[in-house]
Amino acid sequence: MKKNFTQLSVKTASDLAFGKAPKPITCGFALRLGSGQVYPELNFTLPMMTLDKAHWAAVVSHYEEIGEMVRRASKRLHLPGLMIEFELLPPMTEHPEWGAEITSILQRHLRLAHEESGLSCALRVTPTDIRDVTRPPELRSGKAWDAVRQSFDSCAAAGADLLSIESVGGKEVCDEAMLYGDMEGVVFALGVLAPRDVEFLWNEIVAICSEHKIIPGGDSACGFANTAMQLASQGMLPEVFAAIVRAASAVRSLVAYECGAVGPSKDCAYEGPILKAITGTPISMEGKSASCAHFSPVGNVAAAMCDLWSNESVQNIRLLSGSAPEAFLELLAYDCRLFNKAIESGTEQTYQKLLVDSDIYESPQALVLSPDSTFRIASAIVKEPTHYRKTAAASREAVAIIRQAIDDGKLQLAERESHWLERIHSSLEALPQHEEDLVGAMSDQYGRLYTPRSYGL
Amino acid sequence: MNELDELAQCLGQGQTKRVADLTQQLLDKGVGPQRILNEGLIAGMAVVGEKMRSGEMYLPEVLQAASGMQASLRLLKPYLVKEGAQPLGKILLGTVKGDMHDIGKNLVGIMLQGAGFEIVDLGLNVPPQKFIEAITDHTPAIVGLSAMLTTTMLNMKTTIDAIGAAGLRSQVKVIVGGAPVSQKFAEEIGADGYARDAVLAVDKVKQLLGVSAQG
Ligand code: B1M
Repeated sequence: MKKNFTQLSVKTASDLAFGKAPKPITCGFALRLGSGQVYPELNFTLPMMTLDKAHWAAVVSHYEEIGEMVRRASKRLHLPGLMIEFELLPPMTEHPEWGAEITSILQRHLRLAHEESGLSCALRVTPTDIRDVTRPPELRSGKAWDAVRQSFDSCAAAGADLLSIESVGGKEVCDEAMLYGDMEGVVFALGVLAPRDVEFLWNEIVAICSEHKIIPGGDSACGFANTAMQLASQGMLPEVFAAIVRAASAVRSLVAYECGAVGPSKDCAYEGPILKAITGTPISMEGKSASCAHFSPVGNVAAAMCDLWSNESVQNIRLLSGSAPEAFLELLAYDCRLFNKAIESGTEQTYQKLLVDSDIYESPQALVLSPDSTFRIASAIVKEPTHYRKTAAASREAVAIIRQAIDDGKLQLAERESHWLERIHSSLEALPQHEEDLVGAMSDQYGRLYTPRSYGL
Repeated sequence: MNELDELAQCLGQGQTKRVADLTQQLLDKGVGPQRILNEGLIAGMAVVGEKMRSGEMYLPEVLQAASGMQASLRLLKPYLVKEGAQPLGKILLGTVKGDMHDIGKNLVGIMLQGAGFEIVDLGLNVPPQKFIEAITDHTPAIVGLSAMLTTTMLNMKTTIDAIGAAGLRSQVKVIVGGAPVSQKFAEEIGADGYARDAVLAVDKVKQLLGVSAQG
C-alpha cells in the first residue's frame, strides 16, 4: 500500500535536530538510529585496479583488509556505533554473486566486531543502478534490470542489513535539461519521469527486503542534484540552478518512502533533511568530511540534521597515518563525538546553530538545506497532491527562500546568478497546472531521449 | 563594427536568428565561406570559450551560442564543400568500458564542437573494439577517452594498447580525462594528452593538432 504523506513529521523547524528522528529504526547488530546519537557511516572503494575475474583475489583482499581495519579501529576509537556502506561497483552488480561475496565478507567482520567488543553496527549495501547502460535506458526489463534485481536479492541473502540505491530513472532527460538550463525539462524529469521509476524500483526493493527481513533504506538523487552541484562547482551552471534542482529532487526520493522505505536515506542524498521533515525517518548525510570524494559548498549545514555522518567514499590506499578508510573513520568518529557531546550536554541547538550559521550564506545550495528552508520546502511538498505539483512547489519555494535572503541583505549573489534566479522563477511560474499538458510539450522536446514504456507512460 | 565582427558578437549573445540572417547577408555579398567561418563563427566561439573560462558565461549560454553556430554552418556547408575546405578536425569520443558516467564526456564534446571540431560520440561503456572500428570508419585526428571510476581508468590503457595492436596508434592522438585521471597517469598509459576539464580539453586538442588559439 502506498503511503501518502500529507503532513510533516515535525511541528516546527526547530524540531529538526541531529541524532533524533521522529521514527527511529533499529538495524543490523542493535544499531538504533535517530534516537539520540549520531554515528559514523564509513564508505570506501577500491583504488585504481582492474575489476574482473582474473583480479578477483586482489579485490577480495581489499575488502578483507577494510573489514579487519574496521574491527581494530572501532575499538581504538571507542565507537558507540557504526554503519558501513558497501557501494557495489558495476561489475559486482552485473555478476550478482560477486557483490554477494563481498557483502558476506563485510557482514562477517561486523558480526565479529559485535561479538568481540559489543559494537552496535550495520551493513548498508548499495547495488549499482546499471539500467542506463543503453540509451534510451530500458528500466523495467532486460538484462541490466534482471541483474540489478538479482543483485538486491543476492546481497540481501548474503547478509546486507539494509538496501539502498542511487537510481537513475529520468536522468537521461534531466542531464540534457540541465545543460540547456531548461527548468521546465528538469521539472519534467524530476517530477514526472523519475517518480514513476522510483515507484517501480522501490516496490521491488521493499518486497525483497520484507522477504529477507531486512531494512529498505532509501534512494538518492545523486545522478540529478549532485551532478548539478558538480556542474555548478565547475562554473558550468549557476549555483541557484543547482540549489533549486536540489529542492526539486526531494520529491522523487520521497517516493521510495511512499513505497515502504524506512530510512536511513543515502549519504549522498543531500535532500535528506527534507525527507526527514516529511517522513520522520533517520537520515545519513555527508559534507565537509566527504571532501575525499568530491567538493561541495554545503559542508557544515549538511551536518545540522544528520543521524549518520558519512565520508561518501575513499579509496583504500595508504596515507602517512594508515589506510585512507581508517583516517576517514577517525575523522567521522571525532565529528560524531562532538554531535553526541552536544546532545548529552543539552547544547545541541547551539551547536546546530553554529553549523548552520557558519556557511548558510556562503552559497544558495547551503541556504536551501538549512533547517528553516528544509521545513519550508517540505511544507510546500506535502500540501500538493501529485508528484509533478510537489516538484514544482518545492522548486518555487526554493526560489522564494533565495529571493527572501537576498531581499534581507543576507545572501549576496553575483548579477548573473540573480539574472538566472529570475529566469528560473519565470519558467516555474509558466508551468502548466496539469501534468498531461507538460508531458505533451516535453515529449516533443525530449521524446528521443526516453522510452515511455520505461515509465509506464 | 564590420559584419564579421557583428556576427561573432551576435553569436556570443546567443542571437541564433540574427546569426543565420547575417551569415546569409555575408554570403550574398560574396564574402568567402571560410572567412565567415574563421573570422565570424570560430572567432565568436573563442570569445565564448574565454568567457566560460573566466566565469562570465554558463554552459546554457554557451549552448545557445553553439546552436547559432550550427544554424550558420547549415548555410555555409554547401559552399564549404564546394570550395573543398577542410574541417578543423574530427574527434572520436567515448566513456570507456564498464563506466556509465557520461556527462563530463558530453561536455567535452559540446565544447569541442563549439570550437569548430567535428565530433563522433560513441557514448558510454565503449569496449576497445568499438573504438578501433570507429577509427577505421571515421578516421578521426584525435580519440578522447573518459573514465570516472578507479576500476575503469585502466580500461583507458587497454583501449590505447588495443588501438596500438590494431596498427592504428600512429594515425591518432589520444587524450584522456575524468575525475580520477591525472597528467601523470596519462603519461604512464601512453596517452598524448590530459585535460582536467572541458575547457582545457579544447586547448589540449588545439595544441595537439597545431591549431592556433583563434582557431
Ligand atoms: C577526452 O578528454 C577528456 C577530458 C576531460 C574530461 C573527460 C575526457 N571526461 C571528463 N573530463 C573532465 O571534463 C568534464 C567537464 O568539465 C569533467 O567531467 P566530470 O564527470 O568530472 O564532471 C561532471 C561535469 C560533473 N560530475 C559528475 O556528474 C560526477 C559527480 C559524482 C558525485 C558522481 C555522480 C553524480 C554519479 N555517479 Co558516481 N559519481 C561520482 C562523482 C564524484 C566525483 N568526484 O566526480 C563518482 C565518480 N561515482 C562513484 C561511484 C562509486 C558510482 N557512481 C555511480 C553512479 C553515479 C550516478 C549515475 C548516480 C551519478 C551521475 C553521473 C553522471 N551524470 O555522469 C555508480 C557507477 C555508475 C557506472 N556504472 O559507471 C557508482 C558505482 C555508485 C553506485 N554503487 O551506484 C565514485 C567513484 C568510486 C571509484 N571507485 O572510482 C565517485 C567518486 C562518487 C563517490 N561515491 O565517491 C572532468 O572530469
